Amino acid sequence: MYLNKLFAITADMGGWELFVNSLWPMIQGGIKYTIPLTLIAFTFGISLALITAIMRLSKYKFLSIPARIYVSAVRGTPMLVQLFIVFYGLGQIGFTIDPFPSAIIAFSLNVGAYASEVIRASILSIPKGQWEAAQTIGMGYSQALRRIILPQATRVSIPPLSNTFISLVKDTSLASLILVTELFRKAQEIAARTYDFMLLYVEAAFLYWIICFLLSLVQDRIENRLDRYVSK
Amino acid sequence: MFLTVKGLSKSFDDQEVLKHIDLEIEKGNILTIIGPSGSGKTTLLRCLNALEMPNKGLFTFSDGLEIDFEKMPKKNELTKFRLKSGMVFQSYNLFPHKTALENVTEGPLIVQKREKQAVFKLAESLLDKVGLLDKKYLYPHQLSGGQQQRVGIARALAIEPELMLFDEPTSALDPELVGEVLKVIKDLANEGWTMAIVTHELKFAEQVSDRVLFMDNGYIVEQGPPAQVLKDPKEERTRQFIQRIMNPE
Repeated sequence: MYLNKLFAITADMGGWELFVNSLWPMIQGGIKYTIPLTLIAFTFGISLALITAIMRLSKYKFLSIPARIYVSAVRGTPMLVQLFIVFYGLGQIGFTIDPFPSAIIAFSLNVGAYASEVIRASILSIPKGQWEAAQTIGMGYSQALRRIILPQATRVSIPPLSNTFISLVKDTSLASLILVTELFRKAQEIAARTYDFMLLYVEAAFLYWIICFLLSLVQDRIENRLDRYVSK
Repeated sequence: MFLTVKGLSKSFDDQEVLKHIDLEIEKGNILTIIGPSGSGKTTLLRCLNALEMPNKGLFTFSDGLEIDFEKMPKKNELTKFRLKSGMVFQSYNLFPHKTALENVTEGPLIVQKREKQAVFKLAESLLDKVGLLDKKYLYPHQLSGGQQQRVGIARALAIEPELMLFDEPTSALDPELVGEVLKVIKDLANEGWTMAIVTHELKFAEQVSDRVLFMDNGYIVEQGPPAQVLKDPKEERTRQFIQRIMNPE
């Protein structure tokens, strides 16, 4: 196997070669797991967050209370514990889920809770006059929300949601602990054979940094696009 | 009579803001509502559009639509009620993510689902009426306060209401921009629109109103033709208020 060969060769090689040779396995881990996990979990998470935010804002208790409990439970427990419950816990009671889908479930639920607070706050930040103006031209609640409030709330929520997204990229490294062979797990595997912890973990850190840097460029572009109708 | 309101009451928490108000609005007439702040005049206007839900009050329109707020009105009745009138806000409340044209077309196109070509023709003629046709592709933040308020008026007209409501339409404007907005309202008056206007511009009220209504403390203190209410009020309270506005020192 490629990795085994790599370990044999790197045993008496200098640090630079190890760095270069381990780059590809880590990037592979990133492309195959870290990035897809982030994108899929964020997409599900945001959809869940929008539903949760609207439920929390509802005047009906049977909608707002479950949403509150969900947010409170997720925010009040460590991400790693949530991940272990979905993978090991559910596995033990007969709902065995593979590592990757387990990670998607756990991270989606996590993002859903955190992002719902961001979305709720940005909906509340839109002046009441906007709801009223929508009402006077005959709009009902859902139409006003969809056409008038959410487009404006989206602009408000981009910076904090980008934060959530970038946190998610880094948090996916926790999936290494439920056997998802993502970027950091690759670094761990190589380090376990070569004992070059410093080099390999700094290299992993460097790769996460690059991913997050690229994402922040995307964020800037989205903000600029949505800025065209915002007063300054 | 276009609209008759009987026994309109409204409380916020345990504070009664409107105390059993009776009101009539005649077709083609212009009613101005004046009074000190906290008198309930804005709340009264907002109740005419159900922006504030009256606690009580029977609304009867000339076409037979009748809404009694003592019972919870049905949703479709309420929408019908709201579309009877167009509202112009003190702080304009234009949709900032839509162009002037889109602000105007939103109601007829999206809510009333009228035919697209006709709506755009109507919207352009309305923007032309308020003198802003050349600004139709601009966003609200690219317009001055007076221009935004004129788009606000066009947006309210676009749903083709039978009654236009103005809530202190010039109070948020720089003094030099007040004139352009008042001019548009005067034009509407000349076209025979039915209107209810809450304002502090007494001179304007005198010029356009058919009837002036003075409110204080949740009651209608006095109402009548502008020449009488503004120049020769019967009630001491009205006299004091008008004095204070005319001579602020």
